[in-house]
Amino acid sequence: MSQTRMIAGKEIKVNDEGYLTDYNQWDKQVAETLANEARIELTPKHWQVLEWLQEQQRKEVALNIRKVGASGVVDIKEFYSLFPVGPLKTATKIAGIPKPASCI
Amino acid sequence: MSMKRILILGAGTAGTMMANHLRHELKNEEAEITIVDERHKHYYQPGYLFLPFDIYKPEEIVKEIEEFIPTGVKLIKCRINKIHTDEQYVMLDNKIRLDYDVLIIATGARIAPEEIPGMQSEEWHKSIFDFYTFEGALSLRNKLREWDGGRLVVHITEMPIKCPVAPLEFAFLADSYFKQKHMRDKVEITYVTPLSGAFTKPKATEALDHLLADKNIHIETDFAIERIDPERKVIVDYGGKEVPYDLLVTVPTNKGDDLIGRSGLGDELNYVPTNKATLQSVAHKNIFVLGDASNIPASKAGSVAHFEAEILTENILRFLKGEELKAEFDGHANCFIETGNGKALLIDFNYTHEPVEGTFPFAGIGPLRLLKESRMNHMGKLAFKWIYWNMLLKGTHIPFVSTNMQEAGKNF
Ligand SMILES: Cc1cc2nc3c(=O)[nH]c(=O)nc-3n(C[C@H](O)[C@H](O)[C@H](O)COP(=O)(O)OP(=O)(O)OC[C@H]3O[C@@H](n4cnc5c(N)ncnc54)[C@H](O)[C@@H]3O)c2cc1C
Repeated sequence: MSQTRMIAGKEIKVNDEGYLTDYNQWDKQVAETLANEARIELTPKHWQVLEWLQEQQRKEVALNIRKVGASGVVDIKEFYSLFPVGPLKTATKIAGIPKPASCI
Repeated sequence: MSMKRILILGAGTAGTMMANHLRHELKNEEAEITIVDERHKHYYQPGYLFLPFDIYKPEEIVKEIEEFIPTGVKLIKCRINKIHTDEQYVMLDNKIRLDYDVLIIATGARIAPEEIPGMQSEEWHKSIFDFYTFEGALSLRNKLREWDGGRLVVHITEMPIKCPVAPLEFAFLADSYFKQKHMRDKVEITYVTPLSGAFTKPKATEALDHLLADKNIHIETDFAIERIDPERKVIVDYGGKEVPYDLLVTVPTNKGDDLIGRSGLGDELNYVPTNKATLQSVAHKNIFVLGDASNIPASKAGSVAHFEAEILTENILRFLKGEELKAEFDGHANCFIETGNGKALLIDFNYTHEPVEGTFPFAGIGPLRLLKESRMNHMGKLAFKWIYWNMLLKGTHIPFVSTNMQEAGKNF
């Protein structure tokens, strides 16, 4: 179900869990705000991870922790230190891409 | 049609079914069919769930591979070393070379405990067990027979795994096993998963989370294991969270066989990228993949392999005649979930429809009920063993159960 909420002064379409449903509405302010809500301060390393995630999304790669660990951008340990709680769920939300569907 | 060489790699659930289907459809002068497996025995893997609890005996779940390979199909028992796609042949460990026109990969998935530091330690099969192998399930049975209680942790390392409900069923069966032994009060059961709930599909997760709570099984979600400390007996996740255990029953990382990686055909977990509707490999037109070996987003289950085999058989016949493939596989899966105390749930779903409540296989009638605990479903689960040995492997169509999922009778 799609609804909208105000993020960084803009009306943004999100789903029940707060993930953006229209990636075109994503920008850096949106990311900053969502990161803030997750109590994360975005450093250059965070941005690198977010960009990598978005690139995978464009390539339609199904994401999981193992792939992040093999990304060459961060290892899993670092990924956890950057996004301490539910890293993949948090990072994808901030990146404006869908929550990774865990395989069946 | 000139004589074609069809080569099947793996004589487990999927490969055996394909051998039977294809031999039935193709005359000896139309196709030479060969199947290769390194094992001598065929294991009924769903039985690994029951073996630890003394519900099945080892001899009920192991038979000779030969019994299920039809006459007119050549069975070679040897380890497969490498697939050479450029020249279209397969090399076996004994240096035998097998040329093919059509290759069917059915080498399944195996556990890879070596992926997690501390898992395959001194304590492997002492206080840390798997039940995804015959040896693991059997040594766990012996352990459970004498175990006097403590903290039992049932754990999934990472997804995807074969039969994704099996660990949950294990936790449910453990609950009823210890109740029967009058020692449930001495055992604390915790279910640890990398997922955000008991299962991957929302409606089923709701039903299953509820059952866990009913049975007093604690659940620890979003747990991405980094390592095991076998001395302190704790599992540690990347975020530093620790869960202590006395007895750890884990499902290690599942991977395709190394053969796939060595042959340059796999993804990061050695699964073969495969078209999810036609079951043709993405990289090579004359290579087809079914069962656990493929990367399609369907459950890794015997029931799925059964539905796939029916569609793949048609596609291979079309391919041999130079016709276009049918893009039909819908991801249909049908799984019984043992919930303990002689009851089970049944779920039926596909790529696009999650498991919901309803009746099966006859809309409005049943007799099986979807996503609800019942004794009838439990009988269904036990009957599955007979169906597996006597119908599934031989490629017999199961009456009333369609290859593609039916929407009738389901409450979407
Ligand atoms: C504990 C457990 C419970 C399960 N419960 C259920 C259930 O209730 N219902 C259900 O539908 N499914 C269930 N499954 C899943 C089901 O068993 C598998 O999905 C099914 O067996 C897959 O068939 P497959 O042919 O792809 O792989 P397998 O049956 O594993 O066969 C692969 C074969 O390939 C051979 N092989 C691999 N590599 C090589 C090599 N290099 N050289 C030679 N041979 C090789 C292996 O020896 C093996 O015989 C369960 C699985 C487990 C582990």
